[in-house]
Amino acid sequence: MNWQSNKHLHTFHGGIHPPENKDQSTQSPIEVALLPDKLILPLQQHIGQQAKPLVQVGERVLKGQMIAEPTGYVSAAVHAPTSGTITAIKPHALPHPSGLSELCIIIDPDGKDEWTELSSVADYQQLDTQQLLQHIREAGITGLGGAGFPTSVKLNPSTDLTIDTLILNAAECEPYITADDMLIRERAEEVVQGLQIMAHILQPEKCLIGIETNKPQAIEALRHAIESLQLSELIVVERIPVKYPSGGEKQLIQILTGKEVPNGGIPADIGMVCHNVGTAAAVYRAIAKGEPLISRITTITGDAVSRQGNIEVLLGTPIESLLAHFEIKQDKLHRLIMGGPMMGFTLDDISLPVVKASNCILAATRKELPDPAPEQACIRCGMCAEACPATLLPQQLYWFSKSREFDKALSHNLLDCIECGACSYVCPSNIPLVQYYRFAKGEIRIEEHERTSSDHARQRFEARTARLEQEEAEKEAKRQARSEAAAASKKTKETTDVTGDKKPVDPKAAVVQAALERAKARKAQKAADAKGDTDAPAIEQAKDAAPAMSAVERAKARKAARAAEQDGDDTATVKDQEKAAGLSALEKAKAKRAKDSGAEKTESKGLSALERAKAKRASGNDDQPAKADTDSISQTESKPAKAISALEKAKAKRAEAAQTGTPAKADNNKTASTGHNEEKTLSALERAKLKRVQIVTQSSDKTAEDKTTDHADEKPLSALERAKIKRAEAAKDVEKEATAPTESVEEKPAVPMSALERAKAKRAEKAAQQAADGSTADTETRD
Amino acid sequence: MTRRGNTGDVMLLVIMATLPGLAMLTWFFGWGNFINVLWASVVAIACEALVLTLRRRPLRHYLTDYSAVLTAVLLGLSLPPLAPWWLTMIATGFAIIVAKHLYGGMGQNPFNPAMIGYALVLIAFPLEMTSWLAPQTLSITPGQTMGFMDTLFTIFPFLSEIALSVSTEAFDAVTMATPLDAFKHKGALTSEEFWATELVVSTEGWKAWQLVSTGFLAGGAYLIYRRVFTWHIPVSMLAAIAIMSLIFWSTDPSNYAYPELHLLGGATMLGAFFIATDPVTAATSIKGKLYYGAGIGILIYLIRNWGNYPDAVAFAVLLMNFVAPLIDHYTQPRTYGHKSTK
Repeated sequence: MNWQSNKHLHTFHGGIHPPENKDQSTQSPIEVALLPDKLILPLQQHIGQQAKPLVQVGERVLKGQMIAEPTGYVSAAVHAPTSGTITAIKPHALPHPSGLSELCIIIDPDGKDEWTELSSVADYQQLDTQQLLQHIREAGITGLGGAGFPTSVKLNPSTDLTIDTLILNAAECEPYITADDMLIRERAEEVVQGLQIMAHILQPEKCLIGIETNKPQAIEALRHAIESLQLSELIVVERIPVKYPSGGEKQLIQILTGKEVPNGGIPADIGMVCHNVGTAAAVYRAIAKGEPLISRITTITGDAVSRQGNIEVLLGTPIESLLAHFEIKQDKLHRLIMGGPMMGFTLDDISLPVVKASNCILAATRKELPDPAPEQACIRCGMCAEACPATLLPQQLYWFSKSREFDKALSHNLLDCIECGACSYVCPSNIPLVQYYRFAKGEIRIEEHERTSSDHARQRFEARTARLEQEEAEKEAKRQARSEAAAASKKTKETTDVTGDKKPVDPKAAVVQAALERAKARKAQKAADAKGDTDAPAIEQAKDAAPAMSAVERAKARKAARAAEQDGDDTATVKDQEKAAGLSALEKAKAKRAKDSGAEKTESKGLSALERAKAKRASGNDDQPAKADTDSISQTESKPAKAISALEKAKAKRAEAAQTGTPAKADNNKTASTGHNEEKTLSALERAKLKRVQIVTQSSDKTAEDKTTDHADEKPLSALERAKIKRAEAAKDVEKEATAPTESVEEKPAVPMSALERAKAKRAEKAAQQAADGSTADTETRD
Repeated sequence: MTRRGNTGDVMLLVIMATLPGLAMLTWFFGWGNFINVLWASVVAIACEALVLTLRRRPLRHYLTDYSAVLTAVLLGLSLPPLAPWWLTMIATGFAIIVAKHLYGGMGQNPFNPAMIGYALVLIAFPLEMTSWLAPQTLSITPGQTMGFMDTLFTIFPFLSEIALSVSTEAFDAVTMATPLDAFKHKGALTSEEFWATELVVSTEGWKAWQLVSTGFLAGGAYLIYRRVFTWHIPVSMLAAIAIMSLIFWSTDPSNYAYPELHLLGGATMLGAFFIATDPVTAATSIKGKLYYGAGIGILIYLIRNWGNYPDAVAFAVLLMNFVAPLIDHYTQPRTYGHKSTK
């Protein structure tokens, strides 16, 4: 028969033969579950997403009732292991090396052990694969061998993969653990039938059960079960030599088939699926009896317990209850381990529950598991390399991990380490090698995380830059269209002006309006002065911060300025710069206003409205004559833009603000407007100035940003940028509505000019919108 | 594979395995090497303790790894039997302090410390290093053999002055070239003529060296059996020497020594099993070990025939120590699930 020969088997590199210590826990049959005082059921007992509770505190649940449902594809349900009351849903420490707490459902059993209604499948062969998988999923079955991967997912490989071999892992190579051995001895038929169901789902060409030769009784039980179920055609039992870690999924596949799971792949990639025997039995119970996964077989062993053996334990049973049941000798207990001595982890807290993956609890005495001897120097003896089942060079990996040369560790395939502990076991210098590798892996993960997040930031930044450029291009196109339209309309207006279109204006109404405007202007003047005062220090600050401005911003500023220079249309130039510099709706409104008035007064022949506004500013006003003069002089003198100090800029701004507040006066100054020739110099200068204003404003942005947050540049900057754009858009809206100069003045407080205000971008945005609304209202009332 | 003892036990095991060779040396060449081994060990432990104290390391933890003692033992076996005490002291002190601890101590040294110490004194004191005792078995009358005390006083001349009861006359030791050395300086003679003229070397001397080498071979074989190291380095090294010497000897037997002389004369066996196998300074992967051992073997043959030194184990090993990291880089084994190494 097939199970007799094993000459066709392969072997894996390395491996060790630690003392097995399995006999002490196989002397007595599997004990029936004990009913503890309380059950602690973690919502995360599997790999994947945490389950979602379906029950409330105080609710009574029945045995087998689903109390938490899976929340994603890779997730598993949790069921009540007995009937009782939910007393709490709260975080509780988990049996995990990290010792982390996760949400657990805590049940007080009522002792009645009352089953819920179970839905079994009479003939599973009548059901289609998806129905069976759903059934398995609802039974909350995960891999019982240790990793705890949801079984329904593993049984549902990608459709483009053909599974030719289904492997059942019964190797159980780790010392002390006998849970699978005892399960097979006593319930081989369940295991085999479970395998049969799995084979029905996957339709492989063959099914292999890999079992180490040190389990003769289990092998015999399997043989008997297979024969009695007449499955000899389908299932082959392979007796594999005793060697740790032959129960590792990759190693078992290599032993049985000679194939290797490709680096970074899963067994299904080479047409194989591998399940634990316990999982197979659970699948059988779920399908044939409708029982969800509410218990598992766990080995309780070690010299610190009076009785050693296996027990069918309800999931969620606190380990202290189990230890008490097996008569723990506290004075002898040295280390309590969940799992085996090779890959298990030390438990510090005996209130932790047994979970789906808990195959063994080892209560070891000092003699069994002595404290590790002090670590000695690595002499590169190479014993570890001989023992490594992944054919790594552990001594080199150790060196690289210790010296934090993670790139070299990666190039020596650190990530292929399965952490079996064979290297640490053979190391004559007592070096806990696996811990070094875990450390290195953790560090690499952190580095990778940082790298990806910085990549994301860069991508975000690039996307933003691209977006801004695109928006700019779009606006440019719009502007062009608008300016053409404006030019066309000007022509028509010119012609209408000639025909005396202006005459119908009521002179009385004009006087009243002028008076109103003057009153408003005065009010605005005050505001502008106050503003100017606050502005000056902000700009000073900005000047200081200017060197800190990022290269990107500088480049952008330069680009904007260049674009402005290339732009023949002054309106466009100013608008462009306004946008880039985050200039306010005020300016735009001003421009608009100037344009409007220009159009009305027909004096604007050949001059764009904006130039007039500039000219206005250049000529100064009553309230800020000296300052405005300085400004205008510096402009007319064609001084290099650089020569204009930030202070002057501030002054200019203030003057400008003041000016906008006094439109009536400014209108009078329009006569100062220069002709076309002068306009050119002026606009060039203006552009240069704006460029600097822009730089200053941006750096003041930066200052504000620095004040508000210490975080990476991109996020707050882009937020600001967005706010600016929004504001500019809002301003555009305002522009549409605000036909009269007075409104724009009123809007002024809503338009943040200072760096600090800019930082409060959101508020500004809101305010701008409100202002827009307000101006609409205003316009309406005015109408 | 089952669990082996700790590193200290491994070192002790290696030290024990040198005993057959040491016994043979003592049998044929008197107590010289025995005293050298003891004296070098004392120096090594003192130096190790000194440096550990300076480095503020726990003495007991590091001294009980016996790595310093092993270095001393290997030096004691390599140095001539009547090497003066200061020669041994310089070699050992340099090996422990400079070659080992200045590089970071145990496990960090790129070069074999014992061979660094040996190379130092070989270059600095060539005269003392090339005078080997004639086999004691040559002496017929008991008076002419060197007893333990005679040897001791030859190595430590000042001791004889302290112990006045013993004759102050230094023993006039009969020194003689080793067969390898003698063959190298055979001059214009053909091999056949040389062996015919140098009867003493070719009979008694040769026999002594054969047996000493066999002693080291036996110890080395035991260590392979105990899985202290794998067979790869010694076998590839010996195979390389054998093949090289066979090629040259078969083409021109009157100019080149026969393979046996290269394998059993000189320090070949000591080097193959106890020096080249030092894991700290050797290549680590299986393939790498084969290259590393073969490299040593080839270098030994080249230096012996065309170099200035009669024996070449120390230089060959040191040269290959340089190359070991490179070999490691190019001989990574194929990891599970990966297509190929590079």
